[in-house]
Amino acid sequence: MPATRIVLPARARKGEVVEIKTIITHPMETGYRRDHVGLAIARDIITRFTCTYAGEEVFRMDLFTGVAANPFVGFTTLATETGEVVFEWTDQHGTVTREQRRLVVV
Amino acid sequence: MARRGRRAALGAAGASLMLLAALPAAGQTATEPGIAAGDRKSGRDFLAPETRAQQDDLSINPGMLWVEQGEKLWREAAGAGAKACASCHGDPSALKGVAARYPAYDARLQRLLNLEGRIQNCRLEHQRAAPLPYESQALLALTALVAHQSRGLPLNVATKGPARPFLAAGRAMFFTQQGQLSISCAQCHDDNWGKRLRAERISQGQPNGFPTYRLEWQTTGSLHRRLRACFQGVRAEPFAAGSPELVALELYLAARARGLPIETPAVRR
Amino acid sequence: MQPGDSNPSRRKVLAGAIGIVVLPLTGHQAHATPENMAEAMGEALGAGAAPKSGRVKLVLPELAENGNSVPLRISVESPMTAADHVDTIYVFSERNPVSNVVRFHLGPRSGRAQVMTSIRLAGTQHITVVARMSDGSLWSSAANVVVTQAACIDDT
Repeated sequence: MPATRIVLPARARKGEVVEIKTIITHPMETGYRRDHVGLAIARDIITRFTCTYAGEEVFRMDLFTGVAANPFVGFTTLATETGEVVFEWTDQHGTVTREQRRLVVV
Repeated sequence: MARRGRRAALGAAGASLMLLAALPAAGQTATEPGIAAGDRKSGRDFLAPETRAQQDDLSINPGMLWVEQGEKLWREAAGAGAKACASCHGDPSALKGVAARYPAYDARLQRLLNLEGRIQNCRLEHQRAAPLPYESQALLALTALVAHQSRGLPLNVATKGPARPFLAAGRAMFFTQQGQLSISCAQCHDDNWGKRLRAERISQGQPNGFPTYRLEWQTTGSLHRRLRACFQGVRAEPFAAGSPELVALELYLAARARGLPIETPAVRR
Repeated sequence: MQPGDSNPSRRKVLAGAIGIVVLPLTGHQAHATPENMAEAMGEALGAGAAPKSGRVKLVLPELAENGNSVPLRISVESPMTAADHVDTIYVFSERNPVSNVVRFHLGPRSGRAQVMTSIRLAGTQHITVVARMSDGSLWSSAANVVVTQAACIDDT
């Protein structure tokens, strides 16, 4: 299971723009590298990252082989209501890594 | 004079591959710094501003992923003792300052231990749990967590008393020309730091940011992994990660870096 | 010290440097061309799409220390309202094996049109960023990054 790190404030004022940063351990293997005996290393990448907030998608990212290993992304969202912020990373095999945090809006 | 002294040391050290046996002659000042305290520069000083920013801003520092994994492991009970690190040590912040003193001599084990070695030993003796191999993600995470508690504190290892012979062995290794290229650590990192090698400025080879997230590795790694890469760079057979030879070299590097602040997790190119 | 042997360190290091230079020429990768990028842009943006220059600000180092991971920040001038916002941000490479690098999908709930990530660059090149607005208009900006190579091999 990949490890993840999520940086977002626990609370925000309504209407405030909240900065969110996430990172996940993943080699983002391009498929263009070779191992020590010259065999091609198969492509293995995360292809999609989504963030939903109080049930609605607020951000999505499509990843290709040009995204660096351990994909990092920073983005913003408007604090609208207290709710769950759900992060999902989907790899090329369809495996999903899911994390969630509660954002309290005052 | 200084140069002649170094040449003599090189000759003496180079004559013996049994570095641990190459103890200093009586009166040798094994603690002499390779770079004067005022001139010591962290690898951070040799980075592009973007990479520096990546290290300084913990919200984007990729190495913090390992620190956070370390926090999880810290609280996880393991082994026959069913104890977690937290069971004995409490909060990780209780270990603030510890990393600045490692490697350190353990009188009971009669061994020089670096931080990884200390954690491995804790796991073995107190948790009675399966060993954490060197360079495993779990050991890197715990080491990063403990070292991170000392972020900003100056390196300050003990070099006197029982640490002396280890320091001397590490120092001898540092000045020994090695590998097919026959280059010593000192020739790059004492004598030529700041100069360009292709597009890169040669650093002082300081150890104050480990475990470090290296862009080249695309992951977090230990000082010993970095040292092994140096050995390979000069086409020498590298010592094993966690070997007594590399722990002794680590002690010399830490003494040579005295006063530099711990930056774990550092970000390097 | 012998005459003519006045600076053994420098000589050795220089010799080492020459040796070190030779090795890293391994792992030659398939590189794309600017034509590949134009093709990928056509597919993503629609044939004949002609993004206007402007509104997109892109921050990349002029000199990347390592092509494995280059920090990229993008911001787009937009009020980010329901009526007028950034819909998609595309990042294209003219030299990577895959021309599409990454895409971001934003909306009025983003609050700001501002994203950051780290990308791979297979060598010195131009990176092109295109933003598709909610009215369908396309805006773009490009930046050149010089990617340097490490001096020492690292096979650990």
